[in-house]
Amino acid sequence: MEPQARILKVLQQVTQKDIQPGADESLFLSGLLDSFTLTDFVSALEQEFGVTVPDSDLLARKFDTINKVDAYLATKV
Amino acid sequence: MAFLRGFGSWLPPRRVSNEELAPQVNATPEWILEVSGIEERRYATESDTVAGIGLLAAQDCLAKAGATAAELGMILAASGSSDRFCPGPASQIAAGLGLATTPALDIPVSSAGSLIGLILASQLASSAGRVLVVGTEIMSRRISRTPEGKNTAILFGDGAGAALVDAETGFARIRDSCLFTDGASAEILFTRDGQFQMDGGAVILHASRKTPRAINELLARNQIAASEVEAFLLHQANLNLITRVAAALKAPRERFFTNISRYGNTSSASMLIAADEWRREQSGALSGPLIFSAFGSGLNWGALLAVPH
Repeated sequence: MEPQARILKVLQQVTQKDIQPGADESLFLSGLLDSFTLTDFVSALEQEFGVTVPDSDLLARKFDTINKVDAYLATKV
Repeated sequence: MAFLRGFGSWLPPRRVSNEELAPQVNATPEWILEVSGIEERRYATESDTVAGIGLLAAQDCLAKAGATAAELGMILAASGSSDRFCPGPASQIAAGLGLATTPALDIPVSSAGSLIGLILASQLASSAGRVLVVGTEIMSRRISRTPEGKNTAILFGDGAGAALVDAETGFARIRDSCLFTDGASAEILFTRDGQFQMDGGAVILHASRKTPRAINELLARNQIAASEVEAFLLHQANLNLITRVAAALKAPRERFFTNISRYGNTSSASMLIAADEWRREQSGALSGPLIFSAFGSGLNWGALLAVPH
């Protein structure tokens, strides 16, 4: 499965919604993520991709769109 | 050795409900309650000062502890919203207590300031004797009650709390503490030009990881299980965050004292206000360990462990 599809799968699991946001759609402005679901999203991404997101990277803007998440994870895996 | 001898607090009488605040920030009362667990908060009047309400909490604490100001060896006052940058409220609180030479130091850290004060007090008590820690905040002057300022405006309230740390006696002995600072992420939570600014998502991300980590570190090195803790007295940042910390620690949620629904987030005052209310509700002697914990600007965070004495 492609990274973006895996990210979408994680997002769907966290939000418990069958959603298909655009790759550059803000997950916050669209209401899919908030401060608390973001925490779950980051933890689920760590599990799915086998990476550790260091505290220094805990910035909401790094996880605001699927493209941003994809770019971030590409630096980690 | 250092002991917790007593707590005190003062809250302004003016209550600001979600119904009153919601139209100003273009939100609904139900949404505010859902995202924060807050039903109302208190606002100071125009004539109140950060030092003035801190003094009221200090006096309440001394009265409850059966102590006098003259017995104090030091005052530590935490505030992220002081009326004056320098000096902050500590020296005015000391003067208000009638003290002319007792050292009084400011801790200008929002949210985590009173935890830092407690930890410093526990380490200074051996030389200072009795250290009064005050957390005092008028956050309503540091937020913008507009749609643009919604994410902070809905959370914060005003109030003051205090704790007396004594080198010789108290109801609980401070056994251990841990304190951390991560300046690389300071930009997610700060006050500049009199306005408090917060990247809420990032703060929750950091706090929901760092707070349980600090508490677990303290519990592990003291060989105490989270389930053995009698009460968790945390900075009242957000009810959902406290619930998450409880889940992360696998500790019973009911052991986490909360009053955020009535006072909102009073920043560095909140943990001591919570401690004062918790203590008032207690009947009988302490039967198990206490954990204090806070996360705030800096970033600063940590935890303190006290055990029955």
